[in-house]
Amino acid sequence: MKSDDRNIIWIQEPRLGLAGKSYVLLFFQGLTTTLRHLFRRKLTVQSPEQRHEIPDPLIYRGVHRLNRDQQGRVKCVACFLCATACPVHCIDIMAAESPWPDREKYPQSFTIDELRCIFCGMCEEACPVDAIELTSFYDLSGKSREEMIFDKEKLLSVYDQTKDSEPMKTKRD
Amino acid sequence: MSAALIPLILEPLLKIALLIAGLMTAAAYLVLVERWIAAWVQDRLGPNRVGIPLTKIRLFGLGQPIADGVKFLFKAEFTPTHVDKVLYFVAPMSIFMAAIAVFAVIPFGSVLPPNIFPASWDIKEPIRLVAAPGLDVGIIYVFAVGSIAVYGVVLGGWASNNKYSFLGGLRSSAQLISYELPLGLGIIGVVLASGSLRLDAIISHQAQTGVWNVLAQPLGFVVFCVASFAEAARLPFDLPEAEQELVGGYHTEYLGIKLMMYLVAEFLHMVTASFLIVILFLGGWHFWGLTGSSDVVTWPVAVLRVIVLLAKVMGVILFFMLARWSWPRFRYDQLMDVAWKVMIPWGMVNLVVVAVWLEYGDHLARGVGLSAERSITVVGCGMLSLCWLVAVIVDPTRGDKHPRRSARPTDNTLEETPRDCGPGGTEMRP
Repeated sequence: MKSDDRNIIWIQEPRLGLAGKSYVLLFFQGLTTTLRHLFRRKLTVQSPEQRHEIPDPLIYRGVHRLNRDQQGRVKCVACFLCATACPVHCIDIMAAESPWPDREKYPQSFTIDELRCIFCGMCEEACPVDAIELTSFYDLSGKSREEMIFDKEKLLSVYDQTKDSEPMKTKRD
Repeated sequence: MSAALIPLILEPLLKIALLIAGLMTAAAYLVLVERWIAAWVQDRLGPNRVGIPLTKIRLFGLGQPIADGVKFLFKAEFTPTHVDKVLYFVAPMSIFMAAIAVFAVIPFGSVLPPNIFPASWDIKEPIRLVAAPGLDVGIIYVFAVGSIAVYGVVLGGWASNNKYSFLGGLRSSAQLISYELPLGLGIIGVVLASGSLRLDAIISHQAQTGVWNVLAQPLGFVVFCVASFAEAARLPFDLPEAEQELVGGYHTEYLGIKLMMYLVAEFLHMVTASFLIVILFLGGWHFWGLTGSSDVVTWPVAVLRVIVLLAKVMGVILFFMLARWSWPRFRYDQLMDVAWKVMIPWGMVNLVVVAVWLEYGDHLARGVGLSAERSITVVGCGMLSLCWLVAVIVDPTRGDKHPRRSARPTDNTLEETPRDCGPGGTEMRP
């Protein structure tokens, strides 16, 4: 690229006034800023002992859960909308004929690879029956990769653990 | 004979042991202090966990340097295949040894009281708290050995056989060599005023007159301070290893104990710079009405002088660490502009003013009717503001940064060019 290339846009440096050129004002501005922050209240959360406070669990995107309906059955109807919406393809559903009369299909298995998940919340957006939701539980860990692939039972148990602290986001049944 | 020889050998060895042990510990703990300050400035808490191992005692994170050191020592000793093997090993060692060797002439206190040894040992000189007290070329030695640091950086950058390292080494050699000049000019004024190259003599000159050189030669102080920031490669002059531009600069390819040597050497450069600023300009161990100025001292005064000196050094080091977060890094051409167009002229002006003052100062002071101490302070501050004002008005750093081109595309030509957008919305360019 030559210097007279038409695609180059030349920018003029902003002109400094006398105060700017002398550096004195800027010197003290910089120093006072650092000194002010030096003695300010610290924002660090001492993590294992103190817990990070989640401002609104309803809009937080943590570990998934599979909701149950009022009879304790999984709400999912195995429509695959979440698996289709998922940008990293971390949801794997095997559908089967539903044993219940009020729907046609139910998920025989429903696994989410939590290591692959980017916690974007698209599955939650896509779900037509509000079966999959993201909780505010954020510090999950495991000792192997297999352990981090959550199956249906585990996702339902996340619901059982969090249903009291975090009610379902929509009250549609 | 032999009884007289023992203290002669023992004294320097003890001082060297004290210096090296002290410096290594200080460097380790200064890293912790630096991390604390970095954290506090960013509204964080910083390292506060590591205490006594296998217990729950935390000690505000004071175990962190030991943990860091152990981590460095036990890193896998890995040598990249593409490096120049010999230079790759020599470079960190040379910079480290140079950084330690500088401290041979830097006093870490004043003198010890007389008569602490039996009279039969026949020691006439008072024991000075310098590893090499008799070295008359003191400050020249600091410069000569300090310049070897450039070698470590350039060799490391070259031997790594890596573009980032090489660029870091090149930048660093240009920067360090450019800033040696203002550094030297800043020192010459002090040497001229005190009439000696020995650092302890420079301190006692300031103690005897009671006017620290920062008051007598503020212009020289500014020049020396800026130059020593650049020599220590600290922000805002850390171009050699600017992480955002060069990954790690000249030590990109280093790890383990060799990287630790580089990092410790860099910290020691900062400590050296702080010591030199304090000794040359801030009065060394002297404080008005507290430490006296005589060469014969009692124990409390001797201890007090060490404390005053180290407190001042610590203050300057804290300023170094705060400065890191206060001002953005200079661009490379700005860096060179500041050295060649501002600092060197200022250093020369300072040198001339000091020389003229030494010759005619007493007459001038008597003519005005002020005491010599007060008038030199007035003259010094006057010179600083005058030079600063001239630099602001003349603005020597402005100038040749504009592109050389015959026809500049003005704004309307840019708008005239039609921008065809294809059906997909992507911009088509001829």
